[in-house]
Amino acid sequence: MDVLVQLLDATIRVSVPLLLACLAGLYSERSGVFDIGLEGKMLVGAFVGASAAAVSGSAWIGLLAAVGISVFFSLVHGFASITHRGNQIVSGVAINFIAAGSTIILGQAWFRQGGRTPALSGDARFQAITLPGADAVKDVPVLGLIYSELISGHSILVYVAFLMVPFTWWVLFRTRFGLRLRAVGENPAAVDTAGISVTWLRYRAVICTGILTGFAGAYLAVAQNAGFVKDMTAGKGFIALAALIFAKWKPVPAMFACLLFGFLDAASIRFQGMPWPVIGKVPVQLINALPFILTVILLAGFIGKAIPPRAGGVPYVKER
Amino acid sequence: MADAAIELIGINKSFGAVHANRDIHLEIPRGTIHGIVGENGAGKSTLMSILYGFYQADSGEIRVGGKPTAIRTPNDAIAVGIGMVHQHFMLVENFTVLENIILGAEGDALLGGSIAKARAELARLEREYGLEVDPDAIIEELPVGLQQRVEILKALYRGAEILILDEPTGVLTPAEADHLFRILGQLKEQGKTIVLITHKLREIMAITDNVSVMRQGAMVATRVTRQTTVEELAELMVGRRVLLHVEKGAASPGEVKLTVRDLVVKDVRGVVMVEGVSFDVRAGEIVGVAGVAGNGQSELIEAICGTRKAVSGTVLLDGKPIDVTGVADPGELRDRGLAHVPEDRHHVGLVLAFEEAENSILGYHDDPRYLRGPFLDNDAIIADAEDKIKKYDIRPGNPHLKTANFSGGNQQKIVLAREMEQDPGVLVVGQPTRGVDVGAIEFIHKRLIAMRDQGKAVLLISVELDEIRSLADRILVMFDGRIVGERGPEASEGELGLLMAGVEHKEAAE
Repeated sequence: MDVLVQLLDATIRVSVPLLLACLAGLYSERSGVFDIGLEGKMLVGAFVGASAAAVSGSAWIGLLAAVGISVFFSLVHGFASITHRGNQIVSGVAINFIAAGSTIILGQAWFRQGGRTPALSGDARFQAITLPGADAVKDVPVLGLIYSELISGHSILVYVAFLMVPFTWWVLFRTRFGLRLRAVGENPAAVDTAGISVTWLRYRAVICTGILTGFAGAYLAVAQNAGFVKDMTAGKGFIALAALIFAKWKPVPAMFACLLFGFLDAASIRFQGMPWPVIGKVPVQLINALPFILTVILLAGFIGKAIPPRAGGVPYVKER
Repeated sequence: MADAAIELIGINKSFGAVHANRDIHLEIPRGTIHGIVGENGAGKSTLMSILYGFYQADSGEIRVGGKPTAIRTPNDAIAVGIGMVHQHFMLVENFTVLENIILGAEGDALLGGSIAKARAELARLEREYGLEVDPDAIIEELPVGLQQRVEILKALYRGAEILILDEPTGVLTPAEADHLFRILGQLKEQGKTIVLITHKLREIMAITDNVSVMRQGAMVATRVTRQTTVEELAELMVGRRVLLHVEKGAASPGEVKLTVRDLVVKDVRGVVMVEGVSFDVRAGEIVGVAGVAGNGQSELIEAICGTRKAVSGTVLLDGKPIDVTGVADPGELRDRGLAHVPEDRHHVGLVLAFEEAENSILGYHDDPRYLRGPFLDNDAIIADAEDKIKKYDIRPGNPHLKTANFSGGNQQKIVLAREMEQDPGVLVVGQPTRGVDVGAIEFIHKRLIAMRDQGKAVLLISVELDEIRSLADRILVMFDGRIVGERGPEASEGELGLLMAGVEHKEAAE
């Protein structure tokens, strides 16, 4: 029981950055702007967030800085792919390269700790929150354990991430902004002829993406870990993209996809090197590759059909 | 004039070197149906896009209800009561009818209230104009006729008093088109003003009060419909007399060139689109397949020409089988004398990014005539292209020009020249004049008749009933994957229309 609870607890912790990045990608891609640069934006968010938290001593200022830089990068992506109708994949890849390079160089230049930022402690880091009554019900079997160990005892960003799921659903399907966002990703010409600016709508979508990747980066460096380490995103942006496809661009399935991929990650760490019954030892690389393998299987049409937003990846040009 | 709904005064618009609209003056009286006709590229759509705020005029004035009005965005147009039904529907296909209708006119930031309001308003419009449609249906599951109705409802929901329809009947059956015209008549009675853009002169004669003719960006004439004729309008459009009916002698069919027996074809979704079709095409005759788009004609010719696998059935070319259920290779079929002019010249017939000369040998590029050893012989290719340009009057006559820069009619001539000049025994032609202007239609029709008179077997698929009737020696009507009737060219439009709608077929089944 303890092992299971610990495993699930770890699952939640490693799922959070995936979930935030996945929802970030959802806003952008639903509006028809593909974003392969989630990874890079998360990375600059983590770096700038950790730096700001270290300098100011406040986790909140770190978060704010992370969101700011991440939004800036998403606006760069928007400028290239919305205003100048550039190739969205190229722009995203460029952002990933800039992020990977600049965080190491600036980190070394500023802090001289081999690309790390100074270790964060106290108010400079988001601390675990103990939910009311968690201690009291600790000894109640199953439910008490779930509440006190799984649900309670995470940093505020974990709760924000999971609350973003119903919130995103509500925005997409119950608000004017969401209706237009979904429409512009499917048929921007319909949005244009309805008298709505395609450009402004898509910019707002990529700003949402920037905010959420900023949260994801801040979580990595200022909550889950106590500071920035080079390349700390380690492909999470790409796994988030895989989860987004796996979830067919829907918020609630996105959460389950991220939890599944997070679980695989947590399990691979936990059972590293342990022989499995029947199969024997499984290389950890194989487990780490599972999200991508599952996505390929999905894309090959074995688990239903994943139809991306129809206008995705295509810059909008008024027809002559 | 006080009762003019719209006045356009001296509108000019250029796209680079192209003067799309030159000094346009137009007055549309309130409560009338006003037709605007012209060939493709005459500037009709540009003019309407200016009126709808999609483009800005370079100069000129728009008056709505007598007041000078600046229309900079579609929003401005909507605000002064102008609505537009686009040729390609501006609908989000996986949204419901309601969602599409409120898009851009939601009112509140939250959807709940606006959806309820739209539902009530839709019920009212339904009562008032007989525009019935299920508000919760998903657009892509509706037939095109209903999708178009949603477009009209969208405009009415926004309070449109002036409704612009761009080529509205291109995708409709004759019956659906008639229904649309009844709706437009009703809207007119309610005091709405309707602008109808089309190149189908028959529709203009049937429904409009006044008609304006555009040619090469200029407004060349406005007539009261009752006082004009189809011939006069056609002449105004093209600038010279056109033959609306092709002169042709009687066919003298020879031996059977193409035999199709019990052909069954499924589409990508696995739906049976062609259900046991059998027919013959003989040398020296044109067999026309009529039908509303989507009744299996496309799949039929794709299967015959080897671009889609059939499920079962046999096809014989000159008495020898084509492996339609297996690996029929279009290249091999070409060698055996079957030429194919595909329905969709943009995606299948041409590579738009290629030069004209490259497209004019595409598919025949292995022919020794165009080769020097293993390499392409550019001189021979250019000479060949120039020869075709002359023969088929392809304009502009520059074999190095990118194919995308040719007009629809000239692109089609490039495809036709390529296929016809190979001197095939059998020619399969899909929608030869779709998106092609009147002048080019006349030319293409004459070439097809000439092919027939040279003793070629021609299989013609077209959704233009007029085209089938004036070209074909025998007419097969397809409905729901089957051939539901065969008629001679003298069959009336009404008779064919009923067959196309499956009416007779259904009665026979009952």
